[in-house]
Amino acid sequence: MEATLLDFDLRDKEEYIINMGPQHPSTHGVLRFEVCLQGEQIKYLRPHCGYIHRGIEKMSEALTYPQLIHLTDRMDYLSAHINNEAVALCVENAMGVEVSDRVKYIRTILAELSRIASHQLWWCAFGMDLGALTTFFYGLRDREHILDIFEETTGSRLTQSFITPGGLMADVHPNFQKRIKEFITYFRKKLPEYDQLLTGNIIFRERTHGIGVMSKEVAIDYGVTGPSGRGSGFTCDIRKIAPYSAYPFVKFNEITLSEGDTYSRYVVRIKEMWESLNILEQLVDNIPQGPTMLELKAVKAPKGEYYQRVETARGELGVYIVSDGGPSPARIHYRTPNFSNLFVINKLAKGHKIADLVAISGSLDLVIPDIDR
Amino acid sequence: MYDFTPFIESITSYLNENLSPFWAGLISMVLLGVGILLFYAVLGLYLVYAERKICARMQNRMGPNRVGPGGIFQTIADLIKLLLKELIYIRNADSLLFNIAPFIVIVASIMAIGAIPFAKGLQAVDLNIGVLYILAISSMGVIGILIAGWASNSKYSVIGAMRSGAQVISYELSVGLALLGIITFAGSMQFSEIIASQEDGWWIFKGHIPAMIAFVIFLIAGTAETNRGPFDLAEAESELTAGFHTEYSGIKFAFFFLAEYMNMFIIAAVATTLWLGGWLPFHLFRWGAFNTVMDFIPPVFWFFGKAAFVIYLMMWFKWTFPRLRIDQLLALEWKYLLPINLMNLILIAFLTLMKWHF
Repeated sequence: MEATLLDFDLRDKEEYIINMGPQHPSTHGVLRFEVCLQGEQIKYLRPHCGYIHRGIEKMSEALTYPQLIHLTDRMDYLSAHINNEAVALCVENAMGVEVSDRVKYIRTILAELSRIASHQLWWCAFGMDLGALTTFFYGLRDREHILDIFEETTGSRLTQSFITPGGLMADVHPNFQKRIKEFITYFRKKLPEYDQLLTGNIIFRERTHGIGVMSKEVAIDYGVTGPSGRGSGFTCDIRKIAPYSAYPFVKFNEITLSEGDTYSRYVVRIKEMWESLNILEQLVDNIPQGPTMLELKAVKAPKGEYYQRVETARGELGVYIVSDGGPSPARIHYRTPNFSNLFVINKLAKGHKIADLVAISGSLDLVIPDIDR
Repeated sequence: MYDFTPFIESITSYLNENLSPFWAGLISMVLLGVGILLFYAVLGLYLVYAERKICARMQNRMGPNRVGPGGIFQTIADLIKLLLKELIYIRNADSLLFNIAPFIVIVASIMAIGAIPFAKGLQAVDLNIGVLYILAISSMGVIGILIAGWASNSKYSVIGAMRSGAQVISYELSVGLALLGIITFAGSMQFSEIIASQEDGWWIFKGHIPAMIAFVIFLIAGTAETNRGPFDLAEAESELTAGFHTEYSGIKFAFFFLAEYMNMFIIAAVATTLWLGGWLPFHLFRWGAFNTVMDFIPPVFWFFGKAAFVIYLMMWFKWTFPRLRIDQLLALEWKYLLPINLMNLILIAFLTLMKWHF
């Protein structure tokens, strides 16, 4: 049985509790860690969430399917396209319709772009957690190019709400393909800089090697998916296991490493950026012609229960819809990756220093609004 | 050519002729104090500006560019803002210690400025134990940091202060031993004599590889002692929000901030004086014409040029390296720097004995 906070006699002056958050530079949002410390050593750690709970699931029950797309942007705001896609796919499956190949290709391209953008922002923040402040500006410099592509096509930079049940909100901008090709050549040149600045650094290696080791069993037990799970050798890439959209048409590798420490989680994400560039390259020239929106009379899921899972930048996102046949869901539930990824942190950080806690929570790549919803 | 000694002596003799010895002494002391304080404030502000510009260059940014041409008055505007800000008093904090801590930190670094030779004759006091004095005074600052952390009544502050205590006390050894190497070469602890011993070449060149090793160790340990760069564990904003000065606001925070930059300057100044020839111009062996041209550049420029180079090095690795962890920091000192330093010192002593240095 695991020790709980009550097991520690706090009258013992050696131990003390410190609250990291809800306003703390390295929790990346309003998350609170209740950390029991002995000196700098972590004895026990308890994450508290709920500071940014907005009741998205309950709100969705009052909205129609095309409307509730806009709320999914606000969960994992760094992979907004992928969240939209998850709901869209689930509703389409429920209705038994299939979108055109053009829509599938564009959806996958947008998803991979947001995966790269998300990993770039993670890289910035991870460097900053470890005290290397310059990484932040390198990553944001390159992310800007992706956001410009999004802005041109969808009219928005962060919460796009572009993918909707039945297709896309609009066709892509005429510059879309050209700018993506420019971005691929640009980012292939810039990605080695990331390695030069951080990966090869001796202090960085010392800070991440062997820190927060998560075994494959722990990853499976806690349901840690995405790059964090794959860093422990857990093959959990939904794009491979249950291909959706245009993923059956492309060749790519699932990156898995077996060490399970902070460094391997870092390497998985860096390699995934390379892999996403390959996927983009295969798709961008082959976008077929076709309609971008199905002609649907009404978006209504038939009575029943439906489940769809996709791979966001952080792991497996599941959408579970219970429908009574109406235009809005009777109950909708999101299985968000960050919620599962967060609660393994006590297992990983126990016994390490407080500085390692920052590195570990950084390597899990948490987005707090996704945890609370 | 650019000797400040007659100028300083003329002021002293003028005061002595017109006033009683007591008043002459007092006025010369006040003049010195005002001069040092002014220098301290102006240089501190411009070091902050330099850091902001340099780190902006490294991060693809512009840096401050609105207040004044190129933003040169930005830090002055910041200082005025900090002066006008409310000083927050914390309930249940030890108010005496809480208020006194920033002054200890800043006084320690102001006192160290007094012994630094900026040019021939341009030095407040030329102590015969100048190096020891700077070492002793600059390590007083950590007392202020410890007091600040303790008196704030905040857990983050205490962790930061304890880290800082462990760090500064450990790295003091390396700083001292690295300085001891050059003292062995020069045979004196007096700054003027150490500079005089470098007339025919700077110690970093004359002292072969041991002097260079000592220089590198001094830079590492000096950076650690100022709580900067990859060794800024005491502040560690991603872990401890702001470490020992979390609870400070307004001008008291500015004191900590300014002291950090001036400590960096003191480390750079000591490195310049001991290894890079202080205010001496750069000479090449048997390049008569070149050396004459170099002599025309005033020594103040040489001193600040070299110090700026060392400061740039320190800023460079601050803005590119991640932060160390506390156990790694102590392991670096006790397992690597200290043994290397001791071996190096023995080597230097041997070189000096055999007179193998140039």
